[in-house]
Amino acid sequence: MSPLKIKKGSSKHSAYNLRPTFSDVQETHTIAALVENEPGVLARVIGLFSGRGYNIDSLTVAEVDHEGHLSRITIVTTGTPQVIEQIKAQLGRIVAVRDVHDLTVEGPSVERELALLKVNGSGDKRVEALRLADIFRAQVVDSTLESFVFQLTGTPDKIDAFADLMRPLGLDEVARTGVAALARGV
Amino acid sequence: MTRQMTGAKMVVQALKDQGVDVVFGYPGGAVLPIYDEIFQQNDIRHILVRHEQGAVHAAEGYARSTGKPGVVLVTSGPGATNAVTGLTDALLDSIPLVVLTGQVPTFMIGSDAFQEADTVGITRPCTKNNWLVKETDRLSETIHEAFHVATSGRPGPVLIDIPKDVQFASAEYQPKQSANTAHYQPQVKGDQETITQLVEAIENAERPVFYTGGGVINSGPAASQLLRELVEATGIPITSTLMGLGAYPASGKHWLGMLGMHGLYEANLAMHGCDLMINVGARFDDRITGRLDAFSPNSIKAHIDIDPSSINKVIKTDIPIVGDIAHVLEDVLRIWKARGRKVNREALARWSAQTEEWKKEDCLKFSQKGKVIKPQYALQRFEALTKGMDRYVTTEVGQHQMWAAQFLGFEDPNRWMTSGGLGTMGYGFPASIGVQIAHPDALVVNVAGEASWLMNMQEMGTAVQYRLPVKQFILNNERLGMVRQWQELLHGERYSHSWSESLPDFVKLAEAFGAKGIICSDPADLDDAIMEMINYDGPVIFDCLVEKHENCFPMIPSGAPHNKMLLGEASTEGAIGDTGAVLV
Repeated sequence: MSPLKIKKGSSKHSAYNLRPTFSDVQETHTIAALVENEPGVLARVIGLFSGRGYNIDSLTVAEVDHEGHLSRITIVTTGTPQVIEQIKAQLGRIVAVRDVHDLTVEGPSVERELALLKVNGSGDKRVEALRLADIFRAQVVDSTLESFVFQLTGTPDKIDAFADLMRPLGLDEVARTGVAALARGV
Repeated sequence: MTRQMTGAKMVVQALKDQGVDVVFGYPGGAVLPIYDEIFQQNDIRHILVRHEQGAVHAAEGYARSTGKPGVVLVTSGPGATNAVTGLTDALLDSIPLVVLTGQVPTFMIGSDAFQEADTVGITRPCTKNNWLVKETDRLSETIHEAFHVATSGRPGPVLIDIPKDVQFASAEYQPKQSANTAHYQPQVKGDQETITQLVEAIENAERPVFYTGGGVINSGPAASQLLRELVEATGIPITSTLMGLGAYPASGKHWLGMLGMHGLYEANLAMHGCDLMINVGARFDDRITGRLDAFSPNSIKAHIDIDPSSINKVIKTDIPIVGDIAHVLEDVLRIWKARGRKVNREALARWSAQTEEWKKEDCLKFSQKGKVIKPQYALQRFEALTKGMDRYVTTEVGQHQMWAAQFLGFEDPNRWMTSGGLGTMGYGFPASIGVQIAHPDALVVNVAGEASWLMNMQEMGTAVQYRLPVKQFILNNERLGMVRQWQELLHGERYSHSWSESLPDFVKLAEAFGAKGIICSDPADLDDAIMEMINYDGPVIFDCLVEKHENCFPMIPSGAPHNKMLLGEASTEGAIGDTGAVLV
């Protein structure tokens, strides 16, 4: 027995307290990063999130400046304020990242997502689906006698709400783009 | 002026234009065209290592001791994967490196070709940036950009993967000036208002302390000079991390010694009890902070760092300053002088008396009795015999590393090369080779443990081939000393696989390589043996047989705050609680 009288094994929980009491509140932020559109940049951004244990709720990326070869990455992420600050600082550190903006804190912004939803059904359910789609201003982009494909744009909440309504009416598949966002005003 | 040349020639030309004089490397199929160009010139010296990991650590030693980026050239596949440990080491310790790897030809990438590996994929998390160059047109500008990225802002390793067909093809060479560096210009000047806040805090503080780190060394000699000036002018005591040793001289009046897990009593208590902590280029590493919620509970924390992500990462900072240390310290001094050079003299005198009181604890005390050399004694004698020499010290990782940090004094920056962040066993020997290449006439000593040293012992071949008089000062306890210490404290003295069995005869080993071997086991012979090592003109393996069960103190146990440090064997009982036991 060790003179230290330490029991075999130890706590199952990590004792690394790397999140001291700044704040425990989980916040969701939308972060936009302008990056050079070069091979491996997206991998570096994603590797940063997985390597440091950050969450990705949604991620969209496309080239927005074809001449300057710049892509815009929009990331929705959740974490404590300190983690969110770290995420922004770590993104800023990546050599190919030109600019990072936290749209959630830098004044008002608009966020939109596009979704395609396939709803299968017939009879009353089919009529109800079409009626609800009208309320949500979803467009029918494909139709057979037993199915519709709806296209819907809006905030992620709106798309969630629509998908929930469609579920009992025969929702079969959903494809979502993830959030694209811009700050309001000039 | 632009010129047409092959990609391979471009590599050599770009290195010359960047002022590179040494490349550490190992040839292979995918870099043969570059090696052919190296063969046909004399401006760049190529050092042939014996393993690619050795090349990267040697380049780290070169970089750390000169302030210039280290350059490595290795082949594809295994050449690149062997470099990964060194890259990670350099990333964690912010060492500027440019690593060139060969790659299979572009048309074979993705075909599982011979010696193909996804090098940029593998090295993405362990480089500051990396590039796969697919066109010879872009090769020279990419190399120039790589040097800029490696050395700007917080330094770090970068890697350029060059397929073999890109090396053979010809294109126009782009000179250094044409490289695109505008997009990466980290902020070096600190915010003046925040700096003024810091100056105000300095003026009013009753118990201030400087906590400095590797960032001071990375910022260059001017930063160390300014730091010294500021410390002397204000009279504020100063402690440093493992990486920052030498920025402030160990003989300086205000020096408290290293802080952290195995730091000095006075340094850690000063950190715990201060009312103003001025972090200069350090990063609140877990070896430093100990238990976070009890870390320096009553202090205002100022943090100067060139990397914004270091600020508020683990410790909430009250006065954050993003900028290069030298630039910021210059402003601090200027503003402080302009405001009348004020400090709270009375309180500082009391604070100084308090730190002097703590120093009386003599936390590094040990007793050298009997016929067995204590490792601390070996280092104490080594320090006494080499003090004042043009000396560079590298270390491996473990107890010997901590003892070296505690017992050796560094008067200047860039004299101390150690693997701090990653804790890479096997770092010290190749690093000593890189240092000796950069400083051929200096005394370069690798303070090692026998287990660490064996991890890259193949580099003896390199040392002998290039007649590098590197001294391998091995404190041989036939144990993985630090592992053994933790097993004693945490795992009921069950010493699972922490001893070194079947060790070589180090004297014969040295002789087998054509070097000199010295063995010493008697404290009475130690001084003569050390002098023999120093005076020998060539590489030496010094096998210093030391006490096998010595523990390294002081020690802040895992999960404990700074004021709960262990000072010696007697205080270890029940020191590490259940929650501390899961920490490393």
